[in-house]
Amino acid sequence: MQIACNVYDDYQDAMTLIDLANPTRFLTLTARLLPWLAALTAILLLVGLYQSAMAPDDYQQGATVKIMFIHVPNAWLSMFVWGVMSLAALGTLVWRHPLADVAAKAAAPIGAAFTFLALLTGSLWGRPMWGTYWEWDARLTSVLILFLMYLGLIALWRAVEDPSRAARAAAILTLVGAINLPIIKFSVDWWNTLHQPASVMRMGGPSLDQAFLIPLLVMAVAFSLLFVTLHLAAMRNEILRRRVRALQMMQVSRRSA
Amino acid sequence: MSLGPYTSFIVTSYLLAAIVVLMLIAWIAVDYRRQKQRLRELDASGMTRRSGRSAADIR
Repeated sequence: MQIACNVYDDYQDAMTLIDLANPTRFLTLTARLLPWLAALTAILLLVGLYQSAMAPDDYQQGATVKIMFIHVPNAWLSMFVWGVMSLAALGTLVWRHPLADVAAKAAAPIGAAFTFLALLTGSLWGRPMWGTYWEWDARLTSVLILFLMYLGLIALWRAVEDPSRAARAAAILTLVGAINLPIIKFSVDWWNTLHQPASVMRMGGPSLDQAFLIPLLVMAVAFSLLFVTLHLAAMRNEILRRRVRALQMMQVSRRSA
Repeated sequence: MSLGPYTSFIVTSYLLAAIVVLMLIAWIAVDYRRQKQRLRELDASGMTRRSGRSAADIR
């Protein structure tokens, strides 16, 4: 009897995953979640911006330390989004999950925007601190490569008309590109770079003072929620786009019949 | 709140971040409206989904 109950529980868990794989159920769930997520994101962004404005000046960097509160969350998300796309790529190639390539395609432009912002704000922070907008060091160059890979993926999705064919090629490119993630993370340790080493995610805990750490973490959570919200909305758009495409193809075949 | 001699760098960073995020939100919102409009047009032309539901019904 106990075994039967366990099997039933496993079956129920599996049903939950299958339910989420159904695009129609996903759209229903997204319609319910999006308003709450958008509101939570807006509130957290406002709190984070207020805390960033009120944070004290750094004894060395002065007020330019405020750029950190938008640069670092964008830099983290630039890598995190590629990580999400890599998981989705596995979902496409290994598990053939119906929503995996939808998730990957929808995430790419958002990840590109975060990477662009990380490069842009980093450059604007670098000029007063390092005396230059750009330096071809390992961290900056590897992040630029990540940005170019995002653009390459977006171009690939647009170049191939059939989404299922594009999905497999994009999944392979995404997994190959994931090699760049540890290179970005450890570039400041492996090579002598102008960019500072990790000060939050490091052995021995964060080296930042709480006055900077708390606004930074609030902004990081706010930007992460922004990503989740935009990603769900973009996935919903992609599902609708595929529905339009399927119906248009049916329309053409009916006319020619 | 004084931002010191590098005010322009700080303000530009926040402004550009706001512009890029707003553009991203606007692009996704416009795309949603466009897809819904196309589905409504297909529905009006008599196209229905395999389930028999209206094309314009997004759920």
